[in-house]
Amino acid sequence: MSTTDAVVDTRRGVDPYKIGRGGYGGGGRATGHGEGGPASKSVIVGYGFWLFLLSDIVLFSCLFAAHAVQRNATAGGPTGPELFDPSSIALETTALLLSSFTCGMAAVATGVRNQLWTQIFLLITGLFGAAFLVLEARDFTAMIERGASPQVSGYWSSFFAVVGCHGLHVTAGLLWLGTMIAQIYVKGFRPNILRRILCFNLFWHVLDIIWVALFTIVYLIGEGR
Amino acid sequence: MRLLGKLTWAAIPWNQPIPLIAGAAVIVVILMVLAWVIVRGHLPYLWREWITSVDHKRIGVMYTLLGLAMLLRGFIDAIMMRSQQALAFRAPGYLPPEHFDQVFSAHGTIMIFFAAMPLMIGLMNFAVPLQLGVRDVAFPTLNSTSFWLTATGALLVNISLVIGEFARTGWLPYPPLSETTYLPGVGVDYYIWSLQISGVGTLLTGINFVTTILKIRAPGMSYLRMPMFCWTALAANLLIIAAFPVLTATLAMLALDRYLGFHFFTNSGGGNMMMFINLIWAWGHPEVYILVLPAFGIFSEVISTFSGKPLFGYRSMVAATLFICLVSFMVWLHHFFTMGAGGDVNAVFGIATSIIAVGTGVKIYNWMFTMYGGRIRYATPMLWAVGFMVTFIIGGMTGVLLAVPPADFQLHNSLFLVAHFHNVIIGGVLFGAFAGITYWFPKAFGFKLHEGWGKAAFWFAIVGFYVTFVPLYVAGILGMTRRLQHYDVAEWRPWVLAAGVGIIVLFVSMVCQIIQLVVSIRHRDALRDETGDPWNGRSLEWATASPPPAFNFAVLPNVQGGEPYWHVKQHAVAAGQLAAEPDYQPIEMPRNSPTGFITAFFTTITGFSLIWHIWWMVGLGIAAAYGVFVWFAWRDIAEYEIPVEEVARLDRERRRARQEWLDAHAREIA
Repeated sequence: MSTTDAVVDTRRGVDPYKIGRGGYGGGGRATGHGEGGPASKSVIVGYGFWLFLLSDIVLFSCLFAAHAVQRNATAGGPTGPELFDPSSIALETTALLLSSFTCGMAAVATGVRNQLWTQIFLLITGLFGAAFLVLEARDFTAMIERGASPQVSGYWSSFFAVVGCHGLHVTAGLLWLGTMIAQIYVKGFRPNILRRILCFNLFWHVLDIIWVALFTIVYLIGEGR
Repeated sequence: MRLLGKLTWAAIPWNQPIPLIAGAAVIVVILMVLAWVIVRGHLPYLWREWITSVDHKRIGVMYTLLGLAMLLRGFIDAIMMRSQQALAFRAPGYLPPEHFDQVFSAHGTIMIFFAAMPLMIGLMNFAVPLQLGVRDVAFPTLNSTSFWLTATGALLVNISLVIGEFARTGWLPYPPLSETTYLPGVGVDYYIWSLQISGVGTLLTGINFVTTILKIRAPGMSYLRMPMFCWTALAANLLIIAAFPVLTATLAMLALDRYLGFHFFTNSGGGNMMMFINLIWAWGHPEVYILVLPAFGIFSEVISTFSGKPLFGYRSMVAATLFICLVSFMVWLHHFFTMGAGGDVNAVFGIATSIIAVGTGVKIYNWMFTMYGGRIRYATPMLWAVGFMVTFIIGGMTGVLLAVPPADFQLHNSLFLVAHFHNVIIGGVLFGAFAGITYWFPKAFGFKLHEGWGKAAFWFAIVGFYVTFVPLYVAGILGMTRRLQHYDVAEWRPWVLAAGVGIIVLFVSMVCQIIQLVVSIRHRDALRDETGDPWNGRSLEWATASPPPAFNFAVLPNVQGGEPYWHVKQHAVAAGQLAAEPDYQPIEMPRNSPTGFITAFFTTITGFSLIWHIWWMVGLGIAAAYGVFVWFAWRDIAEYEIPVEEVARLDRERRRARQEWLDAHAREIA
């Protein structure tokens, strides 16, 4: 790998005005409508990963739908608003939103090829993510202690499934983040590493988008009733 | 805690001779094949060239082989069901109820997920990148992983034959029957994990192909210059991305109910079983079109090629395809009109269902007008296509009949319904797969399939189909419900016996298919095609050699209009020679990778231990999967270069064969 190659290729990937203008197999000038031959690799990878994220959003939408159907299926057990801890949820939201910000900062540092700041911001992102998970785990234990386990009713089944699925995604994101930090450290800003950083950023921001939907549908609407 | 979870020696059905003998026979055959492969020293070749291959053509062939093997397995289940019903008039027959229930559940599951899906995905894999004029799909290693995950699912379903049991729920595990209260065994768990694993594989295929079709096409190949098969593949894969996560979520909820005592679909604790039925059909109806849209594409290619004409109404065909793609998400409730959602809801879905038939109607007319005025050659693929048109129209009309809610209340869950969906799936998807396999076989292997045996297979298949399923329509109207292990209504008997005769005819057709394959391989030198264009084709896959080199095209074709290869060919014929030799460049291709195979290996272990509650092995499998992920991510060299001399040598060989064909063609005309 040569550093000059890496710079050229990634500038192409990051610059939004070059979308679809690629170098796959030798300098095609695609406009995004495909007249100019295959798109560049960074476009292909980013596009494919977006499609995956869309499918993930469909998966979450099923869980949201299930929660909406079972919002009153408490089967005589506790309801959500009785047990939600608004301050803890606010803290979780803050941690997650801040982690998205720092993740964006890591992308900015990657843009100027600053290994140190990239790593620092990725580390902070990971710490915020871990803090989020700890807070969520604390919430879950408190709820289960107060008689709201997923086995109690359809309401709590769907609650734990949708919130837990988001938590699992954050966990997987942390595993990926750790691998990513190690890779950047060992391999530097190679084109394929840069594409992965792009995908990780997309993933992490989508977790935020899903959390906003989750916050609204599960917690805000739940509190409102 | 037990080391092997729920797994004991009692899991093997020692007292049931049928699965035991069948399982033993399969194991013996597999061991014999393995022994032959090892003794003859083919293992390194298989590992290097097939198992670790990331070449879309090889993966397509492996998908198709998997589909055909599973088609055979599902067909054996069908023979068992038909013969059981033929015998079980006021008698118990030879299959006890708990076994019969597993047979029809396995038949449906295998035919949809492990026969029809791999056949369609296999043909897409093989043909789409060639038709787009490019070197491979967007994510070649992911493609290999998709295939091996699908194979894992198929393996788990077949393991259930000898270790434990399969679901006794039908091909969709409706709760509350599928909950642990009623089926505490491992049958439903086999179903859940084999479909979850193969479902991930299918989702990754969908992502791969949408990215490929939208982002990787030869220069000049704009959307409205793509062959129709690429359009239908695009629509089918869009549906995969939108629908398969629904299946994953639904089965995950069912798994949570079964494994951790959640209350999504239970009778008690606020569970809602109609939610399962809504969710599963929100996936299930698009799934129907995921299967049949690629088949429509194959028929479009075949009918246009063998009529010697461009496809009639190309743009309306594109519009009809995307119309079906969209509306397929708005009709799911017609699978359970009897739920009692009320007249208004049923009317909306009944009308939507009738409207979706319009899109298919447009296609039928387009195919007929393509044939009109053409020079039609009735080669085997064309026979399947014409047989499809006739059969599918009947299936479509019974479908529109079922779309009328009052009629559906009478016919719901009857053999009329069974006959309807076999009518469209056999007449549509299976005929499409056979047409596609005979059509692209010479491209994949360099020689044609034997025409005589192919035609025999077609005629036995179409006669066998009608003799089997027309009687089932009648039995359904006479009130016979589906999935009956035995019955005592005398009026049904003759129709059930007739269907039993029909499956014998279908069996003859299957034998013809196998003979066709054997005869063709033995006479491959006589059936050899040197030109790469055995059918006088119109799209880009016929522009390259048969079998195509790993890189497909020495130089990416420069597409000037629709039917690019047809125009190039006409120019060459007019000029009497090929276009000038291009400027060859070295080509970068993705390296083969065992990632897919290793991932699938650990996924099989994880799936099996989830089914049997062997928790330590689940943990081990997941840890290993993460290890493979990191190991693959750490690789340094992902590509290799094919030197320019090799590219030039292979392409000059192809050009020489084409020039010979041109000269012969010129002599013929003169």
